[in-house]
Amino acid sequence: MNQTLVLAVNSITLGGLLFLLSAGFSLIFGLMRIPNLTHGSLFMLGAYLGSTFVLTYGLDFWVAAVLSAVLVAVFGGLIERFLLRRLAGNSLAQVLVTLGLAFMIADVCLMVWTGDPITVPTPPGFAFAIRGPGFIVPAYRLAIILIAVVIAAALWLLLERTRLGAMIRAGVDDPDMARVVGIRVSRLFTVVFCLGAALAGFAGVMGAPILSVYPGLDFDMLPLALVVVILGGTGSLLGSLIGSFVIGFLYNYGQARLPELAYFVLFLPMVVMLLVRPQGLFGRHVP
Amino acid sequence: MVLRLNRRTFMAGTAAAATGAAGFPMPSIAQNAPMKVGVLTPKTGVLAAGGIHNEEGITTFLKERDYKVGGRKIELIIADTAGNPAGAKTKAVELVERDKVDMIMGPFAAFEHLAIVDYLAQNKIPTFGYAGAEDVTQRKANPFIVRTTSSAAQSYYPMADYAFKELKVKRAITMMDDFAFGYEQVGGFQRPFEELGGHVVKKLWAPLNTPDYTPYISQIEDCDVVAAGLTGSNPLKFVKQYKDLGLSMPLAGGLTFADDIITRSFGDEADGVYNAIPYSIDYDAPANKSFLASIRKYYGDNVPIGFYSAAYYVNGQILEAALQKTGGKSDDPEQFIKAVRSVELTDTPRGAISFDDQGNIVCNIFVRRVGKKNGKMENTIVKVYPKVSQFWTYDPKWFLAQPVYSRDYPPLKS
Repeated sequence: MNQTLVLAVNSITLGGLLFLLSAGFSLIFGLMRIPNLTHGSLFMLGAYLGSTFVLTYGLDFWVAAVLSAVLVAVFGGLIERFLLRRLAGNSLAQVLVTLGLAFMIADVCLMVWTGDPITVPTPPGFAFAIRGPGFIVPAYRLAIILIAVVIAAALWLLLERTRLGAMIRAGVDDPDMARVVGIRVSRLFTVVFCLGAALAGFAGVMGAPILSVYPGLDFDMLPLALVVVILGGTGSLLGSLIGSFVIGFLYNYGQARLPELAYFVLFLPMVVMLLVRPQGLFGRHVP
Repeated sequence: MVLRLNRRTFMAGTAAAATGAAGFPMPSIAQNAPMKVGVLTPKTGVLAAGGIHNEEGITTFLKERDYKVGGRKIELIIADTAGNPAGAKTKAVELVERDKVDMIMGPFAAFEHLAIVDYLAQNKIPTFGYAGAEDVTQRKANPFIVRTTSSAAQSYYPMADYAFKELKVKRAITMMDDFAFGYEQVGGFQRPFEELGGHVVKKLWAPLNTPDYTPYISQIEDCDVVAAGLTGSNPLKFVKQYKDLGLSMPLAGGLTFADDIITRSFGDEADGVYNAIPYSIDYDAPANKSFLASIRKYYGDNVPIGFYSAAYYVNGQILEAALQKTGGKSDDPEQFIKAVRSVELTDTPRGAISFDDQGNIVCNIFVRRVGKKNGKMENTIVKVYPKVSQFWTYDPKWFLAQPVYSRDYPPLKS
């Protein structure tokens, strides 16, 4: 096995999964100006729901993923409408609420699904590996890249070619001006939060055959989303995409070459970016 | 009527209450008072699964006997440490000072235990330790502790022996979580493996919460066995990713890698995984059969059963034997812990057990192989190593003079 080649391919596939995880986080951070610390928990909740749909109810994997995304989106909408909106203007309180919710969701998941980890089988049709010269890559991981690209394209279309997207972009750029122009920014917040939650839940199900589902998944994934978005820039789809692949590469090569400094390698670029260029590579504004 | 509480009325009220309390003589603490057993276990947080199964094990034992053990009524007090040292310390202090427990079972994780071991020794609380940190019963042993599970390396000695002699492998790469438990497991594998003539080629360490093991798996080459002792839910991800990358060298795990509970979650990729552990569901002993029937009676046919539950059930048996030796007395901690250390049982779900001079358990280690049975992944015992101690076949004095296992000890031979 050619280690460099395997790591290169895996960097790209991991980048795909990270994009699915962080796209929602970036949108919420960009529009609402708060890091949604519940994001990891929504990822985990989506994964748990997906696992129940597949294992207990025998649903098709892809149907389960979409269904979980919808349920998590609804849940996200409730959070935004009834908790975050009441704290409008008080970013610190909103962040703390998302953190508190993260712990609460973790406890509820523990109660419902117990603490034993759950494996979701790779969806039928993708349970094989593709062999190349000196490397091997599981087909499902390649599928994730494809899905990430499709979702990225869909999100781009949404943001660049629809009226809703224009309003979101306006809200990201300058929420006060957007309000002046007549855009209902608070309703946008709900829409974006639902969309972000849906993406997180969907990503959770997509990741489940690779990561499995277990207590602690939420806080294992949240720092990665944070790093991607800080690096790539908040509110920027391109930033999430580029950031995901950069972190994918840093993760793989960092873990392989400097295992003692595994997390240092991931977070040092984030710290440097915050010092040198706080809006990230493609961000619209400083977080 | 408005109640005015000023200092005068407060003092008068307190004096009245104190007099009243003194007027009722307190019952003297007699042997018919219940024995309070505190249990430190994580019921929330990432380690919660283990904590829940711990509780199931001890509760099954107590329910079988209607909470009366060795002539004493037992009051079980479960305290949730949340799986971290600060929580362990807080709950330990609560159990000792508020609940006035007579002994403690647990805590679950090594870093939790190390946070409270001195406190418990100072307060002379007999402890049935659970965590695997080697030094607790080696270089930092104290007389109030017995460890009823096994030391971290204890299960890996027989695994290395089996790998070399039966699987006939000679070159190993180790894959562990990057913390003390991982270092101690590697020590347990490396020493006997290299003494028999094997060679540990590379040691891989991954952070405890690694989502993707591919960077590590890509470094596995030029070997014929991988000693993988990952903990928690990491084995699930690792085995899947290992097989996905097309590797086929046998995996040799320790007691956390393919415990009977986590094996329920494995898919077909886990076929052929070996692991060594102090308990196995398929152990064909009457005590085990009756334990399994009992726990299923109280918790349902589908309750996950593994070492977490069995170890705490056996804790109950050890407590019973100790109380039988002291005639039901537990008020003298030194006498009680001496009785515990002298316990020798043959009829437990784990088979025969006893304790060595340092208070660590001497027990069977079962080497098993994961395979598909009745459509599910299950373990089958392939070899039983009896009377395995924390020192394996080494002279205890020599062993204790060596440094404790760490990331760089034993060193890799070039």
